Formats: sequence, C-alpha cells, structure tokens
Amino acid sequence: MNLRRLAAIVVKELRQLRRDKLTFAMIVGIPIMQLLLFGYAINLDIRHLPAAVLDQAHTAQSRRIVTAIAQTQVLDFAYRARTPQDLDALLRKGQISSALVIPPDFERRLVEHDRPPLQIVVDGSDQTVQQAVRQLAALPLRTLLDPDSSVPPANVEIVNFYNPGRRAPVNTVPGLVGVILTMTMVLFTAMALVRERERGNLEFLIATPVSPTELTVGKVLPFVGIGLVQVSLVLLLGVAVFAVPIRGSLFDVYAASLVFIVASLALGVFLSTLAKSQFQAMQLAFFTFLPQILLSGFMFPYDGMPRPAQWLAEVLPMTHFMRLIRGILLRAATLADLWPSLVALGAFIVAMLGIAIARTRKRLD
Amino acid sequence: MAQPIPIHPSPPPLAGAGEKHDNAIVARGLTRTFGKLVAVDHVDLTVARAQVYGFLGPNGSGKSTTIRMLCGLLLPTAGQIEVLGYAIPQQAEALKRRIGYMTQKFSLYDDLTVRENLEFVAAVHELDRARTRTRVGELLERYWLGEQREQLAGTLSGGQKQRLALAAAVLHEPELLLLDEPTSAVDPQSRRDFWDSLFALTDAGTTILVSTHYMDEAERCHRLAILDRGRLVADGTPHELEGALPGQVLLIDCANARAAQNALADLPGISAMAQIGASLRVLGAVGAEFRDTVAARLRAAGITAQVAATQPNLEDVFVAATRQAPKPAAKARA
Repeated sequence: MNLRRLAAIVVKELRQLRRDKLTFAMIVGIPIMQLLLFGYAINLDIRHLPAAVLDQAHTAQSRRIVTAIAQTQVLDFAYRARTPQDLDALLRKGQISSALVIPPDFERRLVEHDRPPLQIVVDGSDQTVQQAVRQLAALPLRTLLDPDSSVPPANVEIVNFYNPGRRAPVNTVPGLVGVILTMTMVLFTAMALVRERERGNLEFLIATPVSPTELTVGKVLPFVGIGLVQVSLVLLLGVAVFAVPIRGSLFDVYAASLVFIVASLALGVFLSTLAKSQFQAMQLAFFTFLPQILLSGFMFPYDGMPRPAQWLAEVLPMTHFMRLIRGILLRAATLADLWPSLVALGAFIVAMLGIAIARTRKRLD
Repeated sequence: MAQPIPIHPSPPPLAGAGEKHDNAIVARGLTRTFGKLVAVDHVDLTVARAQVYGFLGPNGSGKSTTIRMLCGLLLPTAGQIEVLGYAIPQQAEALKRRIGYMTQKFSLYDDLTVRENLEFVAAVHELDRARTRTRVGELLERYWLGEQREQLAGTLSGGQKQRLALAAAVLHEPELLLLDEPTSAVDPQSRRDFWDSLFALTDAGTTILVSTHYMDEAERCHRLAILDRGRLVADGTPHELEGALPGQVLLIDCANARAAQNALADLPGISAMAQIGASLRVLGAVGAEFRDTVAARLRAAGITAQVAATQPNLEDVFVAATRQAPKPAAKARA
C-alpha cells in the first residue's frame, strides 16, 4: 500500500462527495429524519425473558412462589444469584433482562403486608420487556400459595432499572444509531465502489499502478469519518430532544461505533463485488437492511424471537451493535462486559473483507 | 469468390532474442473468445519503437479487445504477448508503470476539475509534489487547457476532454501509449491538432499504438494493421499496402455515375464500387482486359464514359481487405 496514492484517492473521494449534493444531504438528513420518525416503540407480548432469581428466604413458600412465576413462562430463571451484586453484574452484561428477588423476611411480609413481599427487577431500557414483566405484578400471590387463606392479597413490587420513567426513546435512540449507520454506511460504500466501474473510471485506473486494496481503502476511509459524525449527530439530538442518558463512557460509545462502522463498510465492500451497477448495489443494500432492522433487536426484543430467527440475528452485525450501544448508553456497561459482541463484529469484518478481496481482480474479465 | 484478400507486403519480422529492444510490442497467435464469439483470432503483431502504429478496422473488428489484452486488462484465450520486454499478462503490473492508456470512452472524473484530475493521476503514478506541479503546468500549456484549469471535466467540449485524457495518459512520460479510438468524438481541426501532438511524442521516443476508423488518420501512421472480424487482414506501411493491392482501381468519369454503377452491378471481377462526386471508383481484377470489359459494358448500357486506371488509396485497400463475403457464401461456409 502506497500512502501517496491512498491519500490521493481519499482527497478525490472527498472532493467528489463535496460536489455530490444529494449524498451530502442524505448524510445529515437521514439521521435527523429517522430520529424524529421513530418516536414510537412497538410493543409485543413477550415470553421467555432470561431472568435470575435471588432467593434470600429459602423456605418452602419461597420455592413455591418461584415455581409459580416460572409457570407463567414470562421469565426463564436461567441464573441463581447469591447476592444483589450478582444480579447487578448479570443485568449490566445483558445476560438477563429481569430478576426475581425474595427478601429474607418474605413470610413475615406476606402476613403483615406492610411492605411488598416480592420484588421483580426489570431492565427498563427495553420498553417491551418492561411491559411484559409488569403483567406479573398483577399475579394473585395469595391464591397461588394458599387457596383457602383469608388474608388479603399481597403485592409484587416492580423495580424498574435503567428507565424509571418508562420512556420509549430511551430505548429507541441508541438503536437508531445502529439503523442509521447501517443504512448510510452499507449503501454509500457499495454505491461509491460500483460507481467507478459503471462510469468507466475503472478501466483507466486498472491500467495504472493502483492496487485494489489502495482503491478500496481510499474510497472507504472518508466514510469512517462520516459515520462518526452521524453517531455524534444522533447522540446530540437524542440527548437534547429525548433526554437519552449516556451512562457508560463516551470513549466506549465511539469505540463500539467505530467497530460497527468498519463492519458495515466491509459489508458494503462485499456487496460492491456482487453488483454490476449502482442500481444493483442499492437493491442489494436494501436486501440486507430488512433482516438487520427486524431481527437485530431494534424493533422486537431478541429474546422474544423464535430460535431460527435468533440464529440468523447472531450473524448480523447490527444485533451485536444493539447489544453494545444499549449496554453502554443505558446500563453503563463497559466494552469488557460486552466482549462477545466485539468478537462477533471482528469476525464479521474479517469474513466480509476476505471474501471481497478474494473476489477482486485487477482486470476487466 | 469474394473472400477478403490478406495483404502482407512485408511479413512482420518474428521476434528473436536480439530484437527485444527494437520492438515495443510483439504478439503471436493472440486470440480471445467471449463465449462462442471469437473477438480476436490468431493476430500476429510487431510494433517498432518510436513509431505511430495504426489499428484500422470497422466497429467490432477486435481493436479494443486487442489493445486491452496488450496492456493486461484482459486475459488472452491463447497466444504470446511481449510488451516493452515484459511477458503479458504475467508481468502486467510492472508494465503498468511504463504505459499510458487512453480509453475509448472518457474515463477521467467528470466531477473533478481539469487540475484535480491531473493531480490525481500524478499521485497515482507516485510523482512527488514538486514534479506534479511542473508536469501539470507543462501539460496544461502543451494541450491548451490553461483556461479550463479550474473547470469541471464533465463540462468540457469533446476536443478538450480528449486533450485532457491524452495529458493524463502521458503525465508519467510512458514509453508506450495505447490509444483506443481517441478521436471518435472530436471535430476535424481538433483531430489534426491531436495527431500533430502524437508525432511530437514519437519524436521524443514514445511508441504509439492507436486505433481508428478514419482513413485520413490511418494514412498518417508509420505502419498500419487492418483488422476485420478479429483477424489481421493487412499489415504494412500505408504506401506498401497501397502498392500491394491485388487488383486495380478504375476511375469512371461520366454524366450519370449512378446509372453507370447500376450497369456494372453484376459484372464479374468487380469487388467494390464507390461513387465519388460525379465519378465512380471501381476496384477490380488486374489487367487491361478488365478495363476493356468495363468500358464495353458501359457502352452497351448507352453510357458515355471515360475509363482510366488510377492510383489505389488506403480506402481501396481497406475495402479490399475487409469486404464482407456475400450472404449465400457465408451460409455455405456455416
């Protein structure tokens, strides 16, 4: 790779971009429009949310209540926590979305009902999860435990973590960062690379010492910068208009975004090797948008999807970015907490670029 | 009867070890097929250094495909190529630093200015900044693009675009220039100026391979190859080709050239006729008998005409070499 040539290609791309008013308008227009459009969230009846149980009472009664709640199928008690700190860690890493807490004085509270005898902790950053868990609060606890008892019903208390106000934008805006980056990064790179071929510039270029790597990297680099500008724009608007919290470190937000931008660019580069015209590139890009938007957890919670859909979702870069960005922004998770998603994105980048480079030849046939 | 006549007055010398440095391009048995179509069919080429070598041929005769194979953009189906001493396609990357290629369609960036395009090409060829500045300045002046310096390439006229493309192709001072129909979208004055600049380049030692379908341009080449349906049907200097034309050219002056053409339409021995103003140019068999036959036929048709032998020109050579076989004959062969 020759740096002088690489720089020349970057400068050329930026000059062309500056004169391409439509693309320029889209870079700024898409984030603003999407942000305002997705003011609403979509709610669904959710089951099998991964959950943990923290039983501090250890009585026959407490075990019966755990079984009764498990039978509702809303929560799957995949983890048994020993301390409240365990629960915190599980929630922050995104391994569970809710937890059942049974206090040590559970039986006393049941009888005296001065305080709620049960607590369900929920990751309120996901609107739909939160609503599903709220249904549990209406469970007739007393009848579950003792059908003949005459004691008035006691209540379950829902503690809403991360999103006490139950506001949809808190969940939607971080996801929108992913949607906007997917739309612009994949589409723009695929089209920019195919344009060269469609307009005949490539025939001139391949008769020069330019290497395919220089050409690809040079054309894609400006978009990394553009992607980071878009992230900033969405976050700025999200914080200013929708009061979205940034609980994790800003460095982690940008690091995760950068990895995701590169993954989306790699997908765009791969698509450009399949397309013969800019129109085809656009069609292919849209073909990849739909599963990413529907299955990544942006629209419907990952845990509520059928198994095959979840397998497919694991392959999509946006699924992993959703986990990263929501974790960092809403649950104050760190990159170390969410390392599996980073690894998945890394593997995606390597695979896409590998295929793309193998498919690129410096010839016309 | 009307098979094209191969015209090779002086067979191209075969490349020997010692000739490496005299010839810029040597190709033997060059063939390229696209599916069932044979675009280039066993073409042998030898192009000497510091010459303008012309490729003359109708559309679809394989000129572009041959040029693309010579610079390594297309893989040949069969045959050997050696360009500037490099074996192609194996050493194509090394060759790309030493050739300039001008595509048939304008292939620089419409949305960059003239200066930005040239600066980009200079960087691609790793010219340093100081050299880029002097070289771009030189070329803008040499190809009269000084005033268009800051104009977007997409808004240039046909002649200006073509000069810009030539400037980009010679920016890194290549030893060999491959020009694919460079003048197809240009007015006659610009074409003449363009050719003058080509000779300025050969004077400086550059070898130029240029494809064209203009006779006047072919006439100006040092040496010429005529391609027809993928085959090399003639190869030599324009003068040699004219001298080696198998047959003679008759010029018929008469009051009604069209009537004369009709009268001669089915005369055996005539391979081509073309009306030039008030006269008729007839390409036919050699010998005085043929001239007498033509004159007799015209008299019989009641046409008063003067029939005289004339010097063949390049167009006659082209017509003789690329003449399509009549339809029934083509069917019989297939």
